[in-house]
Amino acid sequence: MQHQAHTHGIDITALGRDKQSLDLAGETVAIQVPGLNLYYGDKQALFDVKLNIPKQRVTAFIGPSGCGKSTLLRTFNRMNDLVDGCRVEGEINLDGRNIYRKGEDVAELRRRVGMVFQKPNPFPKSIYENVVYGLRIQGINQKRVLDEAVEWGLKSAALWDEVKDRLHESALGLSGGQQQRLVIARTVAVQPEVLLLDEPCSALDPISTLKVEELIYELKSKYTIVIVTHNMQQAARVSDYTAFMYMGKLIEFGDTDTLFTNPEMKQTEDYITGRYG
Amino acid sequence: MSVKNNSVKAWVKSGSPWIWMNAGAVSIAVIMTLGLLAVIATRGLGHFWPADIVEADYQVPGQEMKVMAGEITQIEEIPRARLASSGLPVAAEGSEFMTRELFKVGNRDLYGADFNWVVGEWLSNQRTPQTLTAFERREWGNLYGYLVNVKENGQLVAEGDAAWTALQERLARVDELHAQVVRLEKKDIGRINAGLERIRLQTRKLELQGKLDAQAQADLDMDRAQWDAEYKVLETQLVALYAAFNRDSATVRTADGREVELSLGKVVRAYQPNAMSTLGKLQFYGAKLWEFVSDDPREANTEGGIFPAIFGTVMMTLIMAVIVTPFGVVAAIYLREYAKQGPLTRVIRIAVNNLAGVPAIVYGVFGLGFFVYVLGGSIDRLFFPESAPAPTFGTPGLLWASLTLALLAVPVVIVATEEGLARIPRALREGSLALGATKIETLWRVVLPMASPAMMTGLILAVARAAGEVAPLMLVGVVKLAPSLPLDGNYPYLHLDQKIMHLGFHIYDVGFQSPNVEAARPLVYATALLLVLVIAILNLTAVFMRNRLREKYKALDH
Repeated sequence: MQHQAHTHGIDITALGRDKQSLDLAGETVAIQVPGLNLYYGDKQALFDVKLNIPKQRVTAFIGPSGCGKSTLLRTFNRMNDLVDGCRVEGEINLDGRNIYRKGEDVAELRRRVGMVFQKPNPFPKSIYENVVYGLRIQGINQKRVLDEAVEWGLKSAALWDEVKDRLHESALGLSGGQQQRLVIARTVAVQPEVLLLDEPCSALDPISTLKVEELIYELKSKYTIVIVTHNMQQAARVSDYTAFMYMGKLIEFGDTDTLFTNPEMKQTEDYITGRYG
Repeated sequence: MSVKNNSVKAWVKSGSPWIWMNAGAVSIAVIMTLGLLAVIATRGLGHFWPADIVEADYQVPGQEMKVMAGEITQIEEIPRARLASSGLPVAAEGSEFMTRELFKVGNRDLYGADFNWVVGEWLSNQRTPQTLTAFERREWGNLYGYLVNVKENGQLVAEGDAAWTALQERLARVDELHAQVVRLEKKDIGRINAGLERIRLQTRKLELQGKLDAQAQADLDMDRAQWDAEYKVLETQLVALYAAFNRDSATVRTADGREVELSLGKVVRAYQPNAMSTLGKLQFYGAKLWEFVSDDPREANTEGGIFPAIFGTVMMTLIMAVIVTPFGVVAAIYLREYAKQGPLTRVIRIAVNNLAGVPAIVYGVFGLGFFVYVLGGSIDRLFFPESAPAPTFGTPGLLWASLTLALLAVPVVIVATEEGLARIPRALREGSLALGATKIETLWRVVLPMASPAMMTGLILAVARAAGEVAPLMLVGVVKLAPSLPLDGNYPYLHLDQKIMHLGFHIYDVGFQSPNVEAARPLVYATALLLVLVIAILNLTAVFMRNRLREKYKALDH
């Protein structure tokens, strides 16, 4: 294994350019991807992706549709295992441990690496039961513990004030934005280390989007957050680091401000200036 | 011409003909369903209405005049020539059609048949005397006539007008006694019989195991003696009851002047429909209807009620549902969630779907051959050697009937459940997995609850298919008359080995196997109506439960 602790994971030489000088030295690495290939059957979807996700920062993945950003995100909690014919080559280290090694407890991994999806997907249960779902899975059933988790989770997701009087009503009665925040509450209730957000605002109206973005901003003090987004303004607003992907390759990764104001690569510049995508 | 052509074209283009056609098809379906129900309901329910008893003079040309009494159950027009050719002395001249009336004259013990076709032209002086009485008997059908007197132990008690009140009082007493007799015979003596049978089987078992020593024998004998003693007491009671039961009698004069002695123990009820008010008739009608749904059948199933058949149908359907639901659901879960989706799974799925199209009687044959003979036979050899050669489970019975129906209905449950599972959004499964749930936890906590309405749909279809099925049941456990219900107070309470009565088979039996066709015909309709009702109630219950579940797991597809 080729160790690249002090780079940000971009194989600049492969693109025929000089190595970008970005200092990640002040950050702790949460997820380290030293070189990842992913195939759907015979078709390769990710090409030798190398990057490090910094701890307790928000990292955004941007890129045109089908560029592999969601696929990459889903490798971090092995959701890709559920796809027929999906094959991963290489490794991903979470706190220094390869999550693709043999005998890895995938359920435990997913508890540590929570995920929020494009469309809000609350379970057809009460708000309360939605939040404690992950805890019940772990076998925690004491009412006191669950009550605390619900309050803490909903407060973390900035939803407590809106729903505290109807915790036992169906979660399906909430608005789309509330549902998405409920899903975030449900995810943080199991106290994960990493939060993966897969276009969490794509199905929401602008006001709900704003609320979720504020939430992301608050959550980053506790969690490592990786967000996939189509919306470049959103990436610029909420993220500390941004990775631009194109055709299954990681093109550029760096400090968000730098990447948006002074991109190294031509493709990145074309994309963020709206020439394609 | 061209204008007209255009307008036709425009009409076709507007889609109206298509809509009309569709609406027409729907209306035809609705009309046929309602018509069917209406026919069954009127024919079946009309039977219980107390019709007037008509007395009339009947003069067949060239014969002596007779007085006859009875209910007119049917009137039809028939060609004169046909009547003449059947040997009746009909006048050659006259209108082409003549009326013919079907009289229910009752008194089968006197006249030989209780229905009689008469030619309307020869009837004269029709009247409905107030005191003309119908006696509904436990045997021999109705007796129509005038009440002359009431006797107790052969001694005259009342006569003339006073006789009617005396009769009603005594009939109430007889009714009470009859209930006691039934209770004694069915419950107490039934319990003793069950106890004695258990002792017999125990003796035989010990004998087979070679453990029947003097001590065991003595114990068993003591038990038996106890039961016997108890039986002796009951027997004396029963004899006394029967004596009391047959104490009273009445003298009845029939319309043609014969006097008949009638033991009141044989009479279920006596009524004078000609004297009844509409309210009285309604009350009577209600009582008859209640008797029909709550009583045991009498007289080769042509009189009394059909409660055992209702009970058998419901019981069998419920047991079927209890067997078929878990089985079908588990199979569907495996096929949809765990089996690798490939050619083999596809073949299995096609086979399951086609299984639903196999004729029901084939399942009956399979049930008899496999369940009854192979499975039941093995169970008997293994667990009930003491009752051999009499079979316990190696004979058609409730369990096998339910199992056969479950087999018949399992494809529907599998198909419906699979569809339900396929409809659960992928996002929800992923949401659960992403929280650290394993596949089985996701299945139990999210997928299965959400698929439960689909399972209920499967169950509804299964009940609809199975509850009305008759053909296979005739092979695997349904009989014309079952001596007792499959659920009672004797250990083991639910008798899965017993044969049962079934509404569908009851219709067939009453309609085709009855010795008294005319009396049975309305019962065919009434039973059919009841079968429809029972199935509708079973289905509505399931539909209600499904809607509750649907409401709970209301779709997320917004």
